[in-house]
Amino acid sequence: MSAYLKIKDLHKSFYPHGQQLKVLDGIDLEVEKGEIFGIIGFSGAGKSTLARCINRLEKADSGTIELGDTDILSLSKDQLLKQRHKMGMIFQNFNLFDSMTVYQNIAYPLEISGVPRKEIKQRVLETAELVGLTEKLKAHPGALSGGQKQRVGIARAIVTKPDFIISDEATSALDPQTTIQILDLLKEINEKYGITILMITHELDAIRYTCGRMAVLEGGKITESGLVRDIFENPHSKTGELFAKVFMLFQSPEFTKGEGI
Amino acid sequence: MSLLDSTFWEVFLASLSPEIWKDLWGPVGETLYMTAISSVIMLVFGIVIGILLDITNPNGLIPLKVSYTLSGWMINCLRSLPQMIMIILMIPVARLIFGKSYGTNACIIAIAASCIPMYARIVESSLLEIDKGKIEAAQAMGSKNISIVFKVLLPETLPSLIRGFTVSVITVLSMTALAGMFGAGGIGDIAVRYGYQRFQHDRLFACVYILIILVQLIQGIGNLVSKRILKTRNLV
Repeated sequence: MSAYLKIKDLHKSFYPHGQQLKVLDGIDLEVEKGEIFGIIGFSGAGKSTLARCINRLEKADSGTIELGDTDILSLSKDQLLKQRHKMGMIFQNFNLFDSMTVYQNIAYPLEISGVPRKEIKQRVLETAELVGLTEKLKAHPGALSGGQKQRVGIARAIVTKPDFIISDEATSALDPQTTIQILDLLKEINEKYGITILMITHELDAIRYTCGRMAVLEGGKITESGLVRDIFENPHSKTGELFAKVFMLFQSPEFTKGEGI
Repeated sequence: MSLLDSTFWEVFLASLSPEIWKDLWGPVGETLYMTAISSVIMLVFGIVIGILLDITNPNGLIPLKVSYTLSGWMINCLRSLPQMIMIILMIPVARLIFGKSYGTNACIIAIAASCIPMYARIVESSLLEIDKGKIEAAQAMGSKNISIVFKVLLPETLPSLIRGFTVSVITVLSMTALAGMFGAGGIGDIAVRYGYQRFQHDRLFACVYILIILVQLIQGIGNLVSKRILKTRNLV
């Protein structure tokens, strides 16, 4: 195992009302190939900005991001478009295209990267089957439930056979049962295709259920990282402690009336 | 028949008589012709300019502050001209293009010049309504800007674009009536020459009926089409 995603000393500031706001303040992060790595943090901790810096939806101020052998921040515009074909992204609000059917939504990333029509059809059908949407291919996203929409989102992210997926709060808009199903699906594609997944979330359960290793993001800095179990059992940072405390509280018999999670 | 020497009821009955209507079909044709051609010109240029405004916007796909500010300023200038003044201003331009300063075609230039900036603004605001997350998703998948515009931006905002176009076509129609005063022919011409100058109120009434029917038709078609699209997309 070698580090697949390497982020070093990443900085990003915004300037709302002319004042500097350090959103990412020296992020160092290493994600191994084929793992599901969780990043947890409160709202405003910089999670989404970090995700968006990795595929350069947001331009980082300084630092380096390496994905495999690719230095993301030094890519030219054309190279960046090609690189983005090779990495998927899943969003909290799904961001599906209402004007297209489910089939067209899943086919879109293939179309724009110039895949021949025949191959598109085959790949879309394969992917739809994997995520369990074969019946819904002719429907428009407007007719789907939240869980189904996110399945389309996942299908769209993996149809190009990427090595790497960013999941930005993918389950945060879903109910607990659907969340589990979507997390199972993410685990499945991770195991089946060895796709590395960076899972960004504020949901403890999602991380515990899915990830092997995680990092805690607090005030634009990684305050601790390591095995999920270690961090939950022996947190060192404020956010980590708070999360662990919340988690223990939810797990305690008085709270759950012994039904568990 | 005039309201000056007849009752409202008599004028109303006269306005439905065949003699009046047989002289109206020609002008109705002229009005429809002017409205249709001007609307097509408005649609093409309005969409193009609207897209350019949307993507050069400071938060757009290709922010170009200078070009955005300049074109915005020019559009505001054109939009600050009342339609009547635009018609007068365009007289020399029409003479240059068609060799005469009056007639149906000459007025189409004035109508287009007045309505393109308006529709461009409507297109821009429709395009700005799109959920930014969709654009972001398209970018994250590696879309070129041109695919974002034609495969995401326009199709996603289509119902809103159609509603805006409907409103604009009705404005075009009302402007053709005004252009009637300046030798463009059409229903406006009849209303002015007979209704205003000769007090033939029965003819004026007939013009009013036609305009009401046309506006209802245009709005009805626009609503129907945009609703249909929303229904296909399961958004209503």
